[in-house]
Amino acid sequence: MKLYTNEHEWAELDGDTATVGLSAYAVNELGDITFVELPEIGQSAKQGESIAFIESVKAASDIYAPLSGEIVAVNEALEDAPELLNEDAQNNWIMKIKVSDASEIDTLLDEAAYATFTASL
Amino acid sequence: MEEKLQRTVLFDKHQGLNARNVGFGGWEMPVQYESVIKEHEACRNGAALFDISHMGEFFYEGDIANSGVNSATTTDFVKLPVGKCKYGFLLNEQGGVIDDLIVYKIDVTHLMFVVNAARIDEDFKQIKSRIKSGTLENRSNVTAKIDIQGPKSKEILQQLATFDLGELGYFGFKQTTLFEKSAIISRTGYTGELGYELYVDNDTAPILWDKLIELGAVPAGLGARDVLRLEKGYSLYGHELDVDTTPAEAGIDCFVQYKTHDFIGKDALLKQKEEGISKVIIPFTTNSKRAPRNGFEIYQNDKKIGVVTSGTYAPSVGSGIGLGFVDVKAYDENANLELRTGRGSIPIYKTELPFYK
Repeated sequence: MKLYTNEHEWAELDGDTATVGLSAYAVNELGDITFVELPEIGQSAKQGESIAFIESVKAASDIYAPLSGEIVAVNEALEDAPELLNEDAQNNWIMKIKVSDASEIDTLLDEAAYATFTASL
Repeated sequence: MEEKLQRTVLFDKHQGLNARNVGFGGWEMPVQYESVIKEHEACRNGAALFDISHMGEFFYEGDIANSGVNSATTTDFVKLPVGKCKYGFLLNEQGGVIDDLIVYKIDVTHLMFVVNAARIDEDFKQIKSRIKSGTLENRSNVTAKIDIQGPKSKEILQQLATFDLGELGYFGFKQTTLFEKSAIISRTGYTGELGYELYVDNDTAPILWDKLIELGAVPAGLGARDVLRLEKGYSLYGHELDVDTTPAEAGIDCFVQYKTHDFIGKDALLKQKEEGISKVIIPFTTNSKRAPRNGFEIYQNDKKIGVVTSGTYAPSVGSGIGLGFVDVKAYDENANLELRTGRGSIPIYKTELPFYK
C-alpha cells in the first residue's frame, strides 16, 4: 500500500524499509523528465528535507524525504533513463530508505486522502 | 495588479486538445499538449503545428523610399524584392533592440511587419512616429498565424495550397488563398526545419487548424517551440534581446543592413563597432543531462562573469544547452566555465552555433 506526502512523494513500506517514488500526479505536472539526481547510499534522510533533485524540460524540482532514515538503495536506471518516471511513476521507484522513526508513518496520507488533496490543487 | 490574459481565436481548440496553458507576452498560450519531447520530435521528424496568433501584424501602405519607413528598422525595404521577407530590428537611438521582427514586401507600396506579442503597442507607436506619409494599420487582432514546421510540412500543406509550394525559396512568401480566403504563405519559421508560416483571418484559422491536424500535423506548444529555437541558437526577445542590448552584443549583427540605407540607431551601432562591445552572448553545453536555466550565474576562475539568458535540455543534442551574456573583458576563452545555482555548480563548455545542425 502506498502512502503519500503533500510534496507528492509516495512511500511503500516493507518491514522497516520504505521504497520511495514520485506520484503520477507530480510527474504529469512536471512533464517530460530529463534528469534525476539520486542521493548517495548511506546518506541520511530527514523527513521533509530535500534528498534528491529532478528536472523536466522546462522545470526543476526537489524531491523531499517522506520519512527519516538511511538511504539503502537508489534506482540507478533513472540516471540513464529518467523518462521511466513518465512511463510509469507508480512502479518506478527512486530510492529506498531504512526508516529510523516509525511514528512518522502516521503523518503520511493514504491513497484517498492524497486524491482529495490533489483534487484541491 | 494582474492583467487579464488575452486568448487567441484557437483557444477553444487548445482546450479540446487538453493543452496546458501559460501566460506569455500577455496571452494565455498552450505551453504543451501531451509532451514537449513528443511535440519536439514531431517537428524534427514529421510536422508540428503551432498557434502563433498572439504575434502582431502591421500593414504599411505608402511611398517606401521617401516616407521614412525605410529608416524605421535595420532592413532596407527598397532593396528587398517583392515576395521576400527579412529578419531585422527596430532599434532605439542608442542601438538597443526595441524588438526583433520580420518584414514582408507584399508589393512596391505595401509592407507587413510581424512583431512579438509583448511589444505590439510599443512597436506600433515607434514605427508610426518614424513615418511621415502613408498609412500604418495594426491588424494584429484580426490576423491569425499558424506555423506548420517539419520535414513533412510541405506535403501536408500542399494538399491545401493553390500553387506549387516548391516555388517558395527560404524567406519567400506568396499572397494566396486558403479555403478561398485571402492568406499569406511564408517559407519561414523559428524551428530550423522546413516549414511555413500561415497568416489567415480569424474565421479561417480554426478550419485550417483542424484540417492540418487531420492531414497529419501534430499540435505543439510554446514549450517545444522554445526548445526547437534554442537548439538552432535563435534569439528570443526578452531573453537574448532587449532595449539595453544591441544586435552585435546578441551576436546577430549580420542581419543589420548597414550599407544601403540609413536607419534609427545606425550611428550608435557604428560607434560601438569602433569602440568594441562590453558584453557578448556565448553558446554553451553542459555535456550532461543537466539543464541551464534563465538567470543562472556564469563563473570563471571563481569570479562571476555573466548570466544565462536561455537554457534547456535539448533532445536533438542529448545535452543541456544554453545562451548567456558574459563580460567581454572578464571572459577568458581558455579557462573553465561553470554555472552556479542554488544547489551547486554545473560545468559548462563553450561551443558554436547552431547546437543542432
